[in-house]
Amino acid sequence: MSPSLVAAGVFSHKKYGENYHALALVAPGIGAQVEPGQFINVSCGPNRDFILRRPFSIFRVHEQGSAPSTIEIVFDLRGPGTRQLAAMHIHDKIDVMGPLGVGFSIPQRKAKCLLVGGGVGAAPLFFLGDRLRKDGHRIDVVLGARNADHLLNAMDLRRMASVCNLTTEDGSAGARGRVTDVLADTMDGCGTEVVYACGPDPMLAAVARICMEKKVFVQVAVEELMACGYGVCMTCVMPLRERRSKGASAGRSVVYARTCTEGPVFNGAQVIWSSGHEHVAQDQSELSLGGGAVRAGLQPEAGAGHGPPGN
Amino acid sequence: MTPDLAVTLAGLRLANPVLAASGTFGAGREAAAFLDLKALGGVIVKSMTLTPWSGKPTPRMCETPSGMLNAIGIQNKGVEHFLAEDLPWLSAQDATVVASIAGNSVDEFVKVAHRIEAANTSLAAVELNISCPNLEDRNHIFAHSASATAEVVRSVKAVLRSKPVFAKLSPNVTSIPLIAESALEAGADGLSLINTVFGMAVDVSTRRPKLAGGMGGLSGPAIRPIAVRAVHEVHRLWPHVPIIGQGGVQTATDALELIMAGASAVAVGTANFVDPGACPKVAGGIRDYMAAGGVGDVAELVGCLKLEG
Ligand SMILES: Cc1cc2nc3c(=O)[nH]c(=O)nc-3n(C[C@H](O)[C@H](O)[C@H](O)COP(=O)(O)OP(=O)(O)OC[C@H]3O[C@@H](n4cnc5c(N)ncnc54)[C@H](O)[C@@H]3O)c2cc1C
Ligand SMILES: Cc1cc2nc3c(=O)[nH]c(=O)nc-3n(C[C@H](O)[C@H](O)[C@H](O)COP(=O)(O)O)c2cc1C
Ligand code: FES
Repeated sequence: MSPSLVAAGVFSHKKYGENYHALALVAPGIGAQVEPGQFINVSCGPNRDFILRRPFSIFRVHEQGSAPSTIEIVFDLRGPGTRQLAAMHIHDKIDVMGPLGVGFSIPQRKAKCLLVGGGVGAAPLFFLGDRLRKDGHRIDVVLGARNADHLLNAMDLRRMASVCNLTTEDGSAGARGRVTDVLADTMDGCGTEVVYACGPDPMLAAVARICMEKKVFVQVAVEELMACGYGVCMTCVMPLRERRSKGASAGRSVVYARTCTEGPVFNGAQVIWSSGHEHVAQDQSELSLGGGAVRAGLQPEAGAGHGPPGN
Repeated sequence: MTPDLAVTLAGLRLANPVLAASGTFGAGREAAAFLDLKALGGVIVKSMTLTPWSGKPTPRMCETPSGMLNAIGIQNKGVEHFLAEDLPWLSAQDATVVASIAGNSVDEFVKVAHRIEAANTSLAAVELNISCPNLEDRNHIFAHSASATAEVVRSVKAVLRSKPVFAKLSPNVTSIPLIAESALEAGADGLSLINTVFGMAVDVSTRRPKLAGGMGGLSGPAIRPIAVRAVHEVHRLWPHVPIIGQGGVQTATDALELIMAGASAVAVGTANFVDPGACPKVAGGIRDYMAAGGVGDVAELVGCLKLEG
């Protein structure tokens, strides 16, 4: 379904623990169409200081009988946008664009699915879990965070999961450590066939690596900086490995895919992860070796390092 | 009296004076989910190059007060893709299309211009994005040098005879009129003012630039006064040269500032990210302003700025 602009009404404003705010929005049209893994882009108020919208994953969708479905987002306070959203009250109007992006693909036949989430990044797993369960798939969960209070709504995940393993970095709930410390054992124990992961990039990179070693299909939902959210600005790209079968450009190549329209969900095995600037140069050199769409045009001199900016 | 919003700039005929700025509207496909492209004065498509460019590493943007920095590196699929896929689609939507050409050498500009001329399409005009590094001159940006600007414009005009050519100038120079003069002497039919303003932001927790490329181009309301000034400076010297004013336009009032300073049309950039329907809204606001003030033709407003008295 193509996205639209909707004046959504705030239906409820809840808090999960100390840190997370959840806004349920009456957004006719979006609620009825949205798929797990998709997101909305929200205008946080008429503030001329910061003009861009803020992207948020769909946390849950609520059926309201025959009335339009409400969509729920959950967020922690980062900066001006989330602060303004946190001040929203019931009946306030919010300007929302959505649904945006390509969501998770759902297994065709019954599968054992493992959902892996970190911090507030786990948000889309709730909507996904509901959908997978409705379709009769087995769900297991690994949920991690800094500490017990940052575990996003672990209670609900426990309810839907056959196995639910929690990790915290300070050991205040579940196992001390990170999701990747318990991932391999959980996958082995549950006989996992498909992994769905959401959270910060370094976590996703580590999850993807473990899944690739085990030859288990992994889908990741990434969060990149977005200016437009609907595909026109090219700010949100992620380098992907692509296999090309045809003609002279056969073989491996690298493309910069837009995470807002070709993602945010990608095959984890395709993503070229970089956790900081030091990896960028490496990506760039891979790109320059790439074939296909980008091969001929790469201009490393113009593109790399501190060269002159170019739109 | 219904106000007449149609304008003609050096043969570029627009149903209304509000276009989408290059790089902020793709080739219209994504925005078409939200609006009818016919409602725009025109679409200046993302800059195209001779071969596909993959662009710069990420992060490519960061938000700054009333604006944003970007360093995309002109990621685009190349002129052949534009001619084969985008232009036919845009024409089918009845959109007025302006192509934007970029390159890293004069030869690349010329080759793209040649392809466009040879394709003999319904394209309405061409804009030259000369805010690109010239690989043949130690990465100096064409638009920062009067002679490099002239060379690109002259070479492109020599092959691109059938379309009006607008040179898009950079504000990052000591004298915009100096560069404008050489672009006009080289045969530019009009000017686009302005491209983004160079800037930079630092992440103090990592002590690194917020953009992977270091510097970036600032856009959005933060740069509007610079755009108004640039249009004013150039229009004062060459009142008959058509100018597409751009930089920070969000509302009709913003657009009218540029028009009164001397722009015959305006392009909306960053505001499209917030609202894909921004262009027709700005045009509607201009119509309202004209209706309220009894202005029949938008041309009456171009350069109407009162400087004395
Ligand atoms: C597809 C997608 C889904 C997301 N889903 C959620 C969610 O469900 N819950 C949640 O809490 N957050 C989510 N985020 C991150 C969320 O967009 C940022 O937390 C938010 O934009 C911060 O805005 P701010 O003004 O409060 O903070 P600031 O730090 O002031 O933001 C400044 C700029 O950075 C951008 N930004 C900051 N952090 C991020 C980030 N991590 N990812 C992308 N852009 C960022 C903002 O959009 C803005 O342009 C998601 C991001 C993306 C791309
Ligand atoms: C993300 C982004 C990409 C851009 N890409 C191009 C481009 O490819 N070619 C070009 O000539 N200008 C490009 N521009 C500049 C705009 O066309 C416009 O001139 C500038 O942003 C000022 O207008 P604004 O403040 O309304 O955005 C880009 C701007 C942005 C923000
Ligand atoms: S955010 Fe603009 S293209 Fe993805």
